[in-house]
Amino acid sequence: MSILVGKDTRLLVQGITGREGAFHTQQMLDYGTNIVAGVTPGKGGEWVHGVPVFDTVKEAVNATEANTSIIYVPARFAADAIMEAADAGIKLVVCITEGIPVLDMVRVQSFLREKDVRLIGPNCPGLITPGEAKVGIMPGHIHRPGSVGLVSRSGTLTYEVVQALTNAGIGQSTAVGIGGDPIIGSNFIDILRLFESDPLTDQVVLIGEIGGTDEQKAARFIAEKMSKPVTAFIAGRTAPPGKRMGHAGAIIEGGEGTAQEKIKAFEEVGVRVARLPEEVADIVKERL
Amino acid sequence: MKLHEYQSKRIFAEYGIPIPRGDVAATPVEAREIAKELGGPVVIKSQVLVGGRGKAGGVKLAKTPDEAEQVAKKILGMDIKGLTVEKVLVDQAADIRDEIYLGVVIDRARQKPVIIASAEGGVEIEEVARVNPEAIIRLPVDIRMGLMDFQARDLAFGLGLKRDHVNQFVRIVKGLYQAFINTDASLAEINPLVVTGEDSLLAVDGKIVLDDNALYRHPDLAELRDKQEETPAEREARAAGLSYVKLDGEIGCMVNGAGLAMATMDIVKHYGGEPANFLDIGGGAKADKVAAALRIILSDPKVKAVLFNIFGGITRCDEVAKGILAALEEVNTNVPMVARLVGTNEEEGRQILAAASFPSASTLGEAAEKVVALAKGA
Repeated sequence: MSILVGKDTRLLVQGITGREGAFHTQQMLDYGTNIVAGVTPGKGGEWVHGVPVFDTVKEAVNATEANTSIIYVPARFAADAIMEAADAGIKLVVCITEGIPVLDMVRVQSFLREKDVRLIGPNCPGLITPGEAKVGIMPGHIHRPGSVGLVSRSGTLTYEVVQALTNAGIGQSTAVGIGGDPIIGSNFIDILRLFESDPLTDQVVLIGEIGGTDEQKAARFIAEKMSKPVTAFIAGRTAPPGKRMGHAGAIIEGGEGTAQEKIKAFEEVGVRVARLPEEVADIVKERL
Repeated sequence: MKLHEYQSKRIFAEYGIPIPRGDVAATPVEAREIAKELGGPVVIKSQVLVGGRGKAGGVKLAKTPDEAEQVAKKILGMDIKGLTVEKVLVDQAADIRDEIYLGVVIDRARQKPVIIASAEGGVEIEEVARVNPEAIIRLPVDIRMGLMDFQARDLAFGLGLKRDHVNQFVRIVKGLYQAFINTDASLAEINPLVVTGEDSLLAVDGKIVLDDNALYRHPDLAELRDKQEETPAEREARAAGLSYVKLDGEIGCMVNGAGLAMATMDIVKHYGGEPANFLDIGGGAKADKVAAALRIILSDPKVKAVLFNIFGGITRCDEVAKGILAALEEVNTNVPMVARLVGTNEEEGRQILAAASFPSASTLGEAAEKVVALAKGA
């Protein structure tokens, strides 16, 4: 295990009986992830792909010692599902769901501050430690085990970069999608800190985009606290201000959050910024 | 989703915030009747969902009902930044002594609602932030406690309000915060909050932007959507569950995933082209969704070439390929296209396109280069 998920992961799937939940449960099982339980209120006692289903997260944790949860619950019930998992003592909650109201996430974050839990997402592809565990919706086969950590606000753009790395013969330690919403559980710095102290990660790729100032803060953190090299890619150089570019968090507001200012923040502290996804692999390779 | 000034102010009034007497008119005669009813001078304000109405001549004073009718006649039908004025708000004119800015937004870094206030109201808050940032007060609110009285008082004294105005201000800022929370807004703003010649506070102009993701619990507010907020193409895209933003270039882009869609636009630009749009078909799109997306892209007459960039995860490349061909049967076009399909079922997808002699590329760079060349050759 490098960071967050691996062979020790005992995964619980919230929303396991839904279309998405059932499909990705099968995909994650095929990858070799240790899925110990599922939860759908009212469907306790059923089985999905050989995984026992419980009515509540508490029951599931008591029966199976699940330590990680992944959420495929529809947006209007997802905030509640996150809090249920945290309240039941789950240490790592990964929320895939897109479209959760922003104020619901503000309440969730306020609740989580009192709990010993880490949230990844929402509106994210999840995370994967290649060869050990896939806790998400990414295509598993494009990854290979290695020493490059990835952290990204995006889904398919991350796959693009992972594929470029794999094609260049470069494996990944863990790839973490932190999500494209304005309010997310873990930010770039949270994940960079884990990679910095992970002995199995030698260097890191950061994939950012327009909106907010998390990349700028990450640049300062890298300059002050990181010894491992970081390569960045920022999407949205051609995005117009005031328009949401698909992700709820990808918007230039009041002149703040442009790709240009993020690229500048990284370059000022000596972080190399690739202009094309393929170029990420070239820069990483130079540093191996 | 943006609300009009008159809609926003009606919501404010429900939360005990004083607003000017007034009503909405769709014809000059209606404007005259409202002015007559109000008595005295009125302000005629165009109701369009863009900033800078005043500078564009969309806000005018009228002293008599006759004048109100004439002014409304000029403003109704006027074009403001591409939007046609269909309604005007006729408000009793306020005697303005001081102007305050008061707004509530979400602070992304703090992950809390934050109240923003400034004694320099009446101009855009971004302008104040740029020119005189120390004139802005920010007050983060604990969502579980709500806005407390002492915080609201702090704000009042911080703005330098007279003692007589403090209690009224506390009621207004608490009302505004409650309106923000109860409507699931991403912005609730009074600008300006006016200190009148009669020595009271009045919300003369206001704006609410709602969180689209929370509209399901506000069916009454969802009905207020103005069709002018979106172009016909954007509206069609939303109905089809697509995320689409029109841009000014000539290369249409269809991509799965928002980050990849932005990166695709950037790469088109990198190879010397200009993207015509942002379009994310989302995860797991089937053929019909792809067909709708292509129709929307081609409805833009400036589009000279189209690039498909699909990284199949949940989305299957063969479904996308079928969708492209189905759409092409329906939409008769000679716009050249390039497809780059990788990931889940990429072989099947490529075979479907190859059988129809559809040009493809294996890397994103190659696809972008090809599509830019096609657009320039067309």
